Amino acid sequence: MNHTLDLVTRVRGVRGAMIVSADDGLVVAEQLMEGIQGSAVAALEAGLAGRLRRAMEAAGIGASVFWHLQADQGTLLVVPAASGMLVVAVAEPDVNIGLVRLELLRAGEAIA
Amino acid sequence: MADDVRALSAQLAQDPQSLVFLRLAEALRRKGQLDAALRVALNGLERHPHLADAHDLYARVLTDKHDYERAFDEWDMALRIAPNHTGALKGLAFLYFKVGDLQQAETHLELAQRVEPDDPSITQAIEMVRGGASPPSPHPVLAAEPSEAAAAAPALDESRVFAGLEGAQEGLVLLDAAGRVLGGALRSPAGADVTDAVAAYLAGVSQEAARSAKLLGLGAWSGLSAEGKHGNVHVSQPSKDALLLVVRDRGVPLGRLAILAQRATGMAKRWLDKQ
Repeated sequence: MNHTLDLVTRVRGVRGAMIVSADDGLVVAEQLMEGIQGSAVAALEAGLAGRLRRAMEAAGIGASVFWHLQADQGTLLVVPAASGMLVVAVAEPDVNIGLVRLELLRAGEAIA
Repeated sequence: MADDVRALSAQLAQDPQSLVFLRLAEALRRKGQLDAALRVALNGLERHPHLADAHDLYARVLTDKHDYERAFDEWDMALRIAPNHTGALKGLAFLYFKVGDLQQAETHLELAQRVEPDDPSITQAIEMVRGGASPPSPHPVLAAEPSEAAAAAPALDESRVFAGLEGAQEGLVLLDAAGRVLGGALRSPAGADVTDAVAAYLAGVSQEAARSAKLLGLGAWSGLSAEGKHGNVHVSQPSKDALLLVVRDRGVPLGRLAILAQRATGMAKRWLDKQ
């Protein structure tokens, strides 16, 4: 799992990454910067991912394959993997989102 | 001219989908009946959101009403749809001149001249910009007359928050914090109305997004983009108590969707302010 996260954290601008169980919001693996409360973030991400998934399914466009939350001082990027896990990255606001997305998708395939 | 307006109004009433709204709104605008022209242009734009001429027309009316910011957006949209639209190029040149950006004004006029090299009004405008004088308004208005045709124009429904915006009745929805719909509508790819169901699931997203961003030290969140198997969505927050959702098929990439959403957010903000 840590090797999988290496794929993500090696991208310039990525502050940390983790794998979260989408069902119960528990951290499965993490490589986060100090000061980030992984367990709390994991629980929130699982909740947000679930809400988003249900909204997208209700809209008829299927479950999400990638989503990202933009904020003033950074961004959160998430790929739901087939295994019921979420691969999550926290990054700088000016990170190359396309590149992180690719690495998250690869990581998602690796843990499927 | 009054007869023209009556005849055009009658034609539009007979066939609301026709493009006669372009001539009617222009006739009203030229008579100085700007509110009526605005209503006709907006209603036409709702029916023909991909028509560059409709955006151009709307921008002309907005310019006459001195709403330059929105006029700029409309001409910008017209150019995205039709990059060689000379009306939009001339309109933007006029607005650039007004804000003192002579270089951009000249560039847009030169682009227009490339498309229509024989148009003397463009040559004249370029000369005036180079000389530091204001180019004439691209679409002058005649003196105002009484508004006898205003009643003939369809009434503007205030609940149409996104009137004139692409996908306003199928891929845009504005919600309050409790998930109640304030404007817009969503349809699934199969054509079913899914507005209320999606709204219900999205209520609360704002709080969760805010808490996640806070816990991660990311500051205030500004947008949430998601890529689905059959479509993409963008969620933004036009005000503290409102959420805006924009949905498009996968043919619209996330980056472009964010631009559309930004535009819709501006309209939603203005509408919320009015409320």
